[in-house]
Formats: sequence, structure tokens, C-alpha cells
Amino acid sequence: MGRKLKFGKPTGFFDVFDRRPGPIKKNMHYCPGCGHGILHKLIAEAIVDLDMRDHMVVISPVGCAVFAYYYFDAGGISVPHGRAPAVATGIIRANPDSFVISYQGDGDLGAIGLNNFLQAANRGENMTVCFVNNAIYGMTSGQMAPTTLIGQKTATSPYGRSVENEGYPLKVSEMVAALESPIYVERVALTTPANIMAARKALRKGLTNMKERRGFSLVEFLSGCPINQKMTAQQVDEWIEKEMIPYFPLGCFKDIAAERKPISRPKPTFDKKKVLNALVSSAGITKWGAKSTVLRKELRVKCAGYGGQGILSLGMMIAAMGQSRDINVSWLPSYGPEMRGGTANCSVVLSNNVIGSPVVQNTNILIAMNQPSMNKFLPDLVDGGILLYDSTNIAPPKTDRRVYAVAASDIAIKLGNIRCANSAIMGAFAACLKGFELEDYEDAFEEAIRQTFRKKKELVELNIKAFHEGRKSVETRNV
Amino acid sequence: MGQTIKKKKKFVVEITVDECKGCGRCVSACPKGILEMTTKVNMMGIVYVEPAKEGCVGCGACFYACPEPGAISVYEIDEADE
Ligand SMILES: Cc1ncc(C[n+]2csc(CCOP(=O)(O)OP(=O)(O)O)c2C)c(N)n1
Ligand code: SF4
Ligand code: SF4
Ligand code: SF4
Ligand SMILES: [Mg+2]
Repeated sequence: MGRKLKFGKPTGFFDVFDRRPGPIKKNMHYCPGCGHGILHKLIAEAIVDLDMRDHMVVISPVGCAVFAYYYFDAGGISVPHGRAPAVATGIIRANPDSFVISYQGDGDLGAIGLNNFLQAANRGENMTVCFVNNAIYGMTSGQMAPTTLIGQKTATSPYGRSVENEGYPLKVSEMVAALESPIYVERVALTTPANIMAARKALRKGLTNMKERRGFSLVEFLSGCPINQKMTAQQVDEWIEKEMIPYFPLGCFKDIAAERKPISRPKPTFDKKKVLNALVSSAGITKWGAKSTVLRKELRVKCAGYGGQGILSLGMMIAAMGQSRDINVSWLPSYGPEMRGGTANCSVVLSNNVIGSPVVQNTNILIAMNQPSMNKFLPDLVDGGILLYDSTNIAPPKTDRRVYAVAASDIAIKLGNIRCANSAIMGAFAACLKGFELEDYEDAFEEAIRQTFRKKKELVELNIKAFHEGRKSVETRNV
Repeated sequence: MGQTIKKKKKFVVEITVDECKGCGRCVSACPKGILEMTTKVNMMGIVYVEPAKEGCVGCGACFYACPEPGAISVYEIDEADE
């Protein structure tokens, strides 16, 4: 007697869940009766039936489904809370052949990740969002979610959610259907067999839209969380039917997929040369990638001064110099009220190794362009660190560090434009770097100036002049 | 003439006992009342379900209602071999 499997474990799942830690390798980690499991099966079945598995990435952010990658025999990534649509956007923009399911809970999508989600919907990204609305934060043991019903008791609404205090539950599908970009929005429920089959159909429709590259589809699944509702699976289904569906009506809110042409976006390239060329072609950089032996050690630089002195672009030029010689760089401006005329500073790190943090606290070189900034940052200079200051407006400091001075503002004024004082002090900085074996530092800095002023070509020569003036007139004060 | 016998398809449902979490979703889903909760526990210590009678019509309702990947399988029996 032969027999044929009619319904069995979908092949979109791994046969054995080796990625799941612990001894249990055939079950999922969800509580008994959890709606996530029902949806996982529908997905595992659909991605194979629709022949999308080999290009599929299932992205699950924080929430009970964060471990979805244990199960699907497809690409899988866990991402921070609420960030699945942003990561999904990166994946499909960088690799338009891929498909992504953004698998999100109601806390994830409706609270912390609402902006990410709505922006992706509004951009019409070619993705399918599977939105599991169980009206609660499941993973963290039952706190109130944006979709928690009026009167529903949760760990954080022990007297029941009230309109006065928390407002009405968020109607995500209705909201998204009102946007122009999304092409398909449907709400279904993972309850009765009939509802589950409708959910199966909606999921496949969303995935087919993605396969045909028609844009953004949202399927909202009303789903049971028996554990946190303190109900059996049967009771939670009844609750969904009686309480949730009247407020969150099932049905299709929007379906304009047929009207939309397949999305086509610029083709990305991973050719390193092409990318570098695209980045630097207009920048006048000639020796991109020429390895420099400078900076065997990491150099942590702080540039500080008055808001109008071009402090941030000074840091930017130094970083560009490093970039042009294939040195790892970071540039971190300090924003805030400083930007509007107070003190300004930025941190630059140059390193041949991976840069751990762009924050500069233990400073190797402090470039100070006014007195208050020098006073503020001098204590951060490490033993053996270098202070370089604009002697036009700063009094010689009392310090046992190595000190270099250059009258940067004077140089700039003589050249007819005070605004090139930053290039003058950069010249002095380059001179200080001599000790760090920068063999072609003059070229490298000139290229950095060209890049920085590529949109104001008339300023290039002036700044290069200021750079060399600064370089030649730097004085060592105490070595 | 009169020789076309319409074969009635036969189906059987099977539970992989150690993969059942005993939620009872399949019991509520089955239109024929085939599945029932047992009083036995599986390897995880969970009271599981089992088919309690014949008459499965192969509708798949239990399969789709079940949140576990491999707990339920439904087979079509090939009568020609009988
Ligand atoms: C940035 C961040 N904030 C908060 C948390 C804590 N946290 C974990 S899961 C969760 C809520 C998940 O609820 P939901 O998205 O509805 O998923 P469910 O578990 O209900 O499926 C929260 C707030 C976190 N992990 N990370
Ligand atoms: S807590 Fe709720 S949502 Fe999370 S696995 Fe358990 S039943 Fe499912
Ligand atoms: S396939 Fe249908 S009839 Fe057979 S056990 Fe499952 S639900 Fe019942
Ligand atoms: S639905 Fe699945 S897990 Fe739940 S009792 Fe039935 S077989 Fe077991
Ligand atoms: Mg939730």
C-alpha cells in the first residue's frame, strides 16, 4: 500500500534546526499555540512554492520572532528593534535580485520602529512586510503595545488601556493604505481554518508582488499570544474574533499592484575601482590607494576653535588626506549651540587599523585656533602629545607637552582672506607629521584641499598657498 | 459501460509525537473530529494529541492550524495497491 504526503513539514524550513541552541532541534521556540508558528509555516511553504527561496532574506527584528533565522532555509538576519525595513532597504537597493520579508511585531513596527516602517512604505520599497499584530509585547512578557485594545489589561495597563490615557489602538493597515506608494495592504487573522487560508492567500499575493517588483506590500496578521493573554489557544482565537476583529476589521484595504510598472532602480556595482572612481573622480585625487607607511600608530586629533574658523572643514581636510592614502579615518563633528558662533570642535582619527571609536578623548594632537578651546582641550592631551596653536590670538601656554605655534590667522589675513587660516594651520600640522614618516605629505594635503574645495575652485590656490605658508613658518616652541 | 467506479480517496493523519506542543489547535480545526488530546506525555513532557478515529478527509485544516513545523502530516493512501 503506497501513500503520498499531502500536507507535511514545508521544505522552506531546515530539516533540523541546528542553529537553535540546546537539545531541541525539531521544534520552534514559540509557546504552545503561538500565532508566529502558524505564519512561519505559511512563509516556509510559500517561498518554495513561489520559487523565491534562493533569493529570499527573512529579516526579523527584536520580538519573539527574532530567532526566525533558526528555521528558514533561506537568508536570515536578526536586526535591532524596529529596524527591519531599513536593513531590508539596504539589502534590496544593494542587491536588487534579492527578496526580503520584513517580519515585525506590533511593538516593533508600531512603536519603536514606526518611522522606519512608514518611510519604507512611503518610498515604495520592493518588500513584503509581515506584520504580526498580537496586541501585546510578547517577548518581554505582555506589556501594552500601540495595538493593545481599549480595556485590554496588560502588564503596563493593569486597569485596561484607556482612551484618556493612551489613545486609540493604532490602525496600521488603514494608515498605510492611505499612502500613495504602497500597492497592497490586507489584514487577515491566524485563527479559524478559513481565516488561515485567507492569510495564506494574502501572504502569497504580497510575495508575488515583490517577485514582480511592483513595490511595497503589507500583510497584517492578527495573531494569538496565548501565554501573555493568559488564555488557551482556543480562547485567544475567540478573543481575536470577538474583540480584535471588530476594531481591526479583516479585508483588503488597497490593491493596485496591477496598475504599477515594475520598479527599476540604478544598478549597483561592487567593482572596487569603479566605486573609488565614482567617489573621487571629481576630487582631483591622483594617488588613491597608494599605501602610506605613515601612522604606524593611531593618531587621534582634536581640532577646536571658534565656530567661524572653518574648524569642521579643517578636520574634514585632514580626514580626506588620510583617505587619499588609504588610511582608515573617522571624522566626528561636535554639533550643538557651538555651531552658531561659540566654540566648535571635531575629532579626527587616522589609523592603519580598524578604528574602534571616533570619539577623541585621549588626544595625540590638539589643533587649537582660539584661547577658550585650547584651555578646554589641553588637559586631554596625552603624554608625548602635541599642541599646535594659532599664535595670532593665543598666548603661549604653560605645558610640558610638545608645542608648535603658527600665526595662522596672520598668514591668512596677509593672503587676503582670513578664512584660509584653517589651511595655514593644516600646513603646520603637516610639518608636525614629518616625524610620523609621511613621505609625500605635501601632495596628500594638496589633494585634500582640492577635494574639499572642488565646488569652489577659485579658493583652491589660495588655500594651497596658505597651507605652504603655514608649513614653512611653524615654530617649535619648547622642544 | 457502468465500469467507471469512482474511487473514494482515503487519507490518514499522523502526529509526530515529540514535536507536538499540545496546544489543541488541530483538535479545534478538524471538521471531522479526528484528533483528540491524549493523557500521555511526550519527550518534552507535554500532553500531546493523537488521531482518535478514522475518517480523515485530507482537508489540511489541522496542518495549517498547527504552529509546529513537523508535528502533523497528512497522507493520501493509494488504494490501487491494496
Ligand atoms: C532597542 C530595544 N528596546 C527595547 C527592547 C526590549 N524589547 C524586546 S522585545 C520588545 C517588544 C516586542 O514586541 P512585539 O514587537 O510586539 O513582538 P512580539 O514579541 O509580540 O511578537 C521590546 C520592547 C529591545 N530588545 N531593544
Ligand atoms: S510570548 Fe506570545 S508571541 Fe511570544 S512566543 Fe509566546 S505566545 Fe508567541
Ligand atoms: S486533514 Fe482534515 S480531516 Fe484530516 S485530521 Fe486534519 S483536519 Fe481532520
Ligand atoms: S496543533 Fe500541533 S502542536 Fe498543537 S496540539 Fe495539534 S499537533 Fe500538537
Ligand atoms: Mg506583539
